[in-house]
Amino acid sequence: MHLLEIVDLSVGIGNKQVLKNFNLKIGQGETHALFGPNGTGKTTLLNVIAGIPRYTVESGQIVFKGEDITHMSMDERARLGIGMAFQRPPAIRGLRLKDLIKIINPKADAQEILKRMDFTAFAERDVNRGFSGGEVKRSEMVQLLAQQPDFVMLDEPDSGVDLENIKLIGEAINTLTQKDLRPSARTKSGIIITHFGHILEYMKADRAHVMLNGSIVCSGNPAEILGQIKKSGYEGCAACLCPA
Amino acid sequence: MSMSGIEEKARLAREKKALYGTDVDMQSYESEAKPQSVVENAEDLPSVVKKAALDVGVKLDGESSGEYVQMDQTPVVAKSLYEGVEIMDIASALKKYDGLADYWWKLVAPDADKYTADVAAAPPAGYFIRAKKGMKTVFPVKSCLYLGSTNLNQRVHNIIIAEEGSELHVITGCTTPAHVQRGLHVGVSEFFIQKDAKVSFTMVHSWSKEVEVRPRTGITIAEGGSLSNNYILLRPVKTIQTFPTATLAGRGAVASFNTVIYSTMGNIDVGSNVNLNAPETSAESISRVVSVGGEVIARGRMTGRVPGARAHLECVGLLLSDKGRIYSIPELDGQSRDLDMSHEAAVGRISEEELEYLMSRGLNSEEATSVIVRGFLDVEIKGLPEDLKQEIKNITQREDLKGS
Repeated sequence: MHLLEIVDLSVGIGNKQVLKNFNLKIGQGETHALFGPNGTGKTTLLNVIAGIPRYTVESGQIVFKGEDITHMSMDERARLGIGMAFQRPPAIRGLRLKDLIKIINPKADAQEILKRMDFTAFAERDVNRGFSGGEVKRSEMVQLLAQQPDFVMLDEPDSGVDLENIKLIGEAINTLTQKDLRPSARTKSGIIITHFGHILEYMKADRAHVMLNGSIVCSGNPAEILGQIKKSGYEGCAACLCPA
Repeated sequence: MSMSGIEEKARLAREKKALYGTDVDMQSYESEAKPQSVVENAEDLPSVVKKAALDVGVKLDGESSGEYVQMDQTPVVAKSLYEGVEIMDIASALKKYDGLADYWWKLVAPDADKYTADVAAAPPAGYFIRAKKGMKTVFPVKSCLYLGSTNLNQRVHNIIIAEEGSELHVITGCTTPAHVQRGLHVGVSEFFIQKDAKVSFTMVHSWSKEVEVRPRTGITIAEGGSLSNNYILLRPVKTIQTFPTATLAGRGAVASFNTVIYSTMGNIDVGSNVNLNAPETSAESISRVVSVGGEVIARGRMTGRVPGARAHLECVGLLLSDKGRIYSIPELDGQSRDLDMSHEAAVGRISEEELEYLMSRGLNSEEATSVIVRGFLDVEIKGLPEDLKQEIKNITQREDLKGS
């Protein structure tokens, strides 16, 4: 069974159509990478799966765990098992990170999670307030490790992150997507947007897609696709590996 | 000013309306209160009073530097529990210190308006707190002003003196029990913070829907002295108007005002007014207002009169309903060169982005709103003892704070 299935999804924001007859299936235990130039709809896709209300679904369906979630509220989707690491999350004044961890999951071992992400010093800080680009990414991973979603969406978790921390983040993604288990035992899945692909050296992705103008134009092996993008650009990659 | 001079001024100002706030019909309140019985220790007070005090952050458990409780017009406990602090009811202090000539009505004018005039005309009741020279309190002095009779005009006149080099923390809870339908509370407070003394004054108000409140506060801070003034109002009230005025009179004096308001109804007109009259003085005023109803006027005024004075005002409001109004009035008055004065004011709604962020973690919209509102009201107050900080946090965090 596919954990996530997106069928002929068209999405607009204002008068602009940002996803056109979009299709994607992600199986249980699979982690997919999403490549594409800026403004092509990658973040929109993740936001729409998360259920951020400012987008209008014009047609199509999002099915998660066999359930149609197209019009479900964000928090219902989160409780059903969808989690997201935001590219640029907001700061929340007066809400300490350790308190948010407790709110997200009262049973989570906050200390252990913070230690693992080398983030203990930020436990008492207001969530994301005054955090650097790289610290924000670790804050996102800390929250997801507490949330333990069945399907994790990562919007550029490596941007602005130094080399040491990319490794930490990559390993956390492997934990979230159960890459420590043998493939047939994995039930959790993920999707990651990355521009340069550095993070893929530290985490396992099973499949990759190239997105152009709101649609997937090419899919295949992550290393192969990334190599081709580096060689001939996004459009060149699609033309070469996946000719129409 | 002689006692007869005070009375004369008060008599002439009996009809004088206040500059700000709605006008209270004083005649509709009773000025005579039934006397209450005095107790030896605060622990012996009726449980209804202790409970009401606890509700405004005043735990009367003897773990304090001293206690003062006033029920209606009667000081029922006035007791020092630490040699460094003298605590008396104000009538006794006037007797002991020969009319407190250097302090009585020195920072608030008896003819400022009809409320001060009314207090000046009434027999004095209130607290006298004196931190002795060089003595530092660890536990706060706890006081509770309890308005327990319907329709009463409760009048209070307080004096705080922090002598040179002393450190004093005071928490005052002003409250009415649920059975009191209607009332008026007028409190005159005069604080003298002497050279190098450090004072924190935290006031928590919890009134009911038909109670009107008019505190009148004057503060002077000498060289090297500091004040952290904290005001918390989270429960319904009919009207409140207060505009405490602090004068930084000596070199390096510091004042910080923190105001936290959650408004559901009524007319709340609060703020702070600071005069920076000496070199190297600095003042900060931070107010956070959440409104789901009622009118809140958040004032802040800083006047810089000497080079090098620094002042910052911050009024931030979250307006969560069409039934509410937040009117933020920050004023900076520079009267010298080389001043550093700034303000920041914003009134708005909860950011969609913050709500969505928390909802993506599984909080429903109500829970997310509540978390954001609590965070917003959680003002970081510097210079308070840890347990007092915790007490304030408990008060702002326990309430059922919602959006509209």
